[in-house]
Amino acid sequence: MLAAVNWGQAIADAIALGALYGLVAVGIGLVFGVLRLVNFAYGELITAGAYVLAYTYGWPRPISILLCVGAVVALALAQELVAFRPLRRGGATPATMLVATFAVSFLLQAIYLLAFGSRGQIVGTLGRLNSAFTVDGVDIRWILLVTVVTGLVLLGATAAVLERTSVGLHIRAAATDFRTSRLLGVRANRVIMLSFVISGVLAAAVSVLYTVSNPLVQPTMGVPITIFALVGVVVGGMDRLWSAALGGFAVGLVYGLFSDVMSSTSSVYLPAVVYGLVIVVLLLRPAGLFGAWRSAQVERV
Amino acid sequence: MRRVLELAGPIALVAATAAIASGISSAHQLEFETALVMVAIVVALYVFVGNSGVISFGHASFVAAGAYLAGLVTLDPETKNFTTPGLFHVLLHAQIGLVPSLALAAAVGAAYAIVVGLPLMRLSGLPAGIATFAVLGITYDVLSYWGKIGPGVQTLSGVPEASSWSIAAGVVIVIVAAYAYQRSRFGRMLRATREDPAAARASGISIYRQRLLAFALSGALAGLAGGLYVHQLGIITPELFYLDLTFVTLAMLVFGGMGSLWGAVVGALAISALNSFLGDAENTVDVGFHLTLPNGTRLVTVGAVMALVLILKPSGLTGGREFGRWRR
Repeated sequence: MLAAVNWGQAIADAIALGALYGLVAVGIGLVFGVLRLVNFAYGELITAGAYVLAYTYGWPRPISILLCVGAVVALALAQELVAFRPLRRGGATPATMLVATFAVSFLLQAIYLLAFGSRGQIVGTLGRLNSAFTVDGVDIRWILLVTVVTGLVLLGATAAVLERTSVGLHIRAAATDFRTSRLLGVRANRVIMLSFVISGVLAAAVSVLYTVSNPLVQPTMGVPITIFALVGVVVGGMDRLWSAALGGFAVGLVYGLFSDVMSSTSSVYLPAVVYGLVIVVLLLRPAGLFGAWRSAQVERV
Repeated sequence: MRRVLELAGPIALVAATAAIASGISSAHQLEFETALVMVAIVVALYVFVGNSGVISFGHASFVAAGAYLAGLVTLDPETKNFTTPGLFHVLLHAQIGLVPSLALAAAVGAAYAIVVGLPLMRLSGLPAGIATFAVLGITYDVLSYWGKIGPGVQTLSGVPEASSWSIAAGVVIVIVAAYAYQRSRFGRMLRATREDPAAARASGISIYRQRLLAFALSGALAGLAGGLYVHQLGIITPELFYLDLTFVTLAMLVFGGMGSLWGAVVGALAISALNSFLGDAENTVDVGFHLTLPNGTRLVTVGAVMALVLILKPSGLTGGREFGRWRR
């Protein structure tokens, strides 16, 4: 049943959500591209950033945000150095790697619970962005504009690094064929570290933007974000960054639209509807909606 | 001789656990029985994941289907009239015994797995993983809100509980079925597709059909395990069958070694034991001296141990070998 809907409002809200998931999807997709590793502990980076924001509330905002970026990038590098690199050295299969990222995610959540408690912390860093201005009867919150602009800028910057710099060329080479690129002189570990740094910066940006609308930080905050973004990456097609970004955006957009359009009695089934669409997309286009048309089998995990 | 050992090892472990469970205080009994149920769930998961090499995040759905059905059909109709009057007519008025309810649980697990598997077994790799995850998400969402098939987000209690030995008997059935499958030609064909899909296809094996068969059997065993779970806990609630169960059972499987039945059993028991011990230690345990750990150390330690074992020994504790086959 459809409720009375202000379509403009629904679309505006959905775009903001889509932009956020698009960013997360790129963060996950970048590391996947280089390492063929689905990092399920990515959401815990976002949670870590949110905790930094919560605990530095009242500090000057730029410092608080810089600390957030620094902490998240450090944690991203720590994940690689402490967990993922030793695993690759040990010759783990992709399935083992995937479960290992679950274990890392589980471990980080347990640490957050032990250190910060289950009750949750409130982030107020950019709370003022929740105020809205009205265009044509549609309330547009400032955070929507900020999210979309930040998203576009960061995606543009990531694309620029990948396309215009030599180290970006190395990342793309490694993503295309890791072994051959190493033979041709690409420094594997540097490329891997850099992609973790970029994905960390993206995660920190998501921490800052996400907590404006959802200020409560809890140990498991990152899990649903990771799940939806991961779904977006696979639905969009994981062989290229822009298709992953579009997939993340699409999942956020569809979710946001449906949650405004469906009545409250049927909207409890919204996750089921979205997951159902995901299955349909995967059956029709296993390589993703925006993936390559060639029928190359993506057999990676 | 070796063949006997391969099956005897896991069964002996299960019997030992059951023997301890039936002979100790009720607080600890619960922990040992939960460990037994975990063995059943992980072995069910192993039948598909271990033999096919494809990860499934959807098995908690089949466990849930079995648990809900077995729980609802054994509950007293008068209680159900009072607590969940919105149930389907059949579910509301049925009341059957323990064994038939477990048979029903296995049947509904198999049926659900076949419905899901018919389209999904065409996928492999990450798309397969995400699609099975989507199945889990749908199951959880529907179980949480559809009043005709369960208590919704509420917890329904009062499901008749089974003894430690009857739970152990159910677990042994799951293990024997898993072993019989892996020794059969179907199990061998599926493992061939895991090792080399192209060569298996060239030998005339249909990957789709073999995976679907394993998925259905695995779903049946998971449904049965769900039935055991509900008769062990005595309660029904959707939260039991979602992310936590999915990740813990997958981690147990990989921890023990996903290449063997022995690995599945050892992984489930080892993580359960560690979890229970640390849980007790948070309320002081006597290990020669009185050990008291601060609250929250349990989860951190379990997470750290799982991550460490995966890093140091990616093929799992057993290295994917069966019981009695220690040499490569």
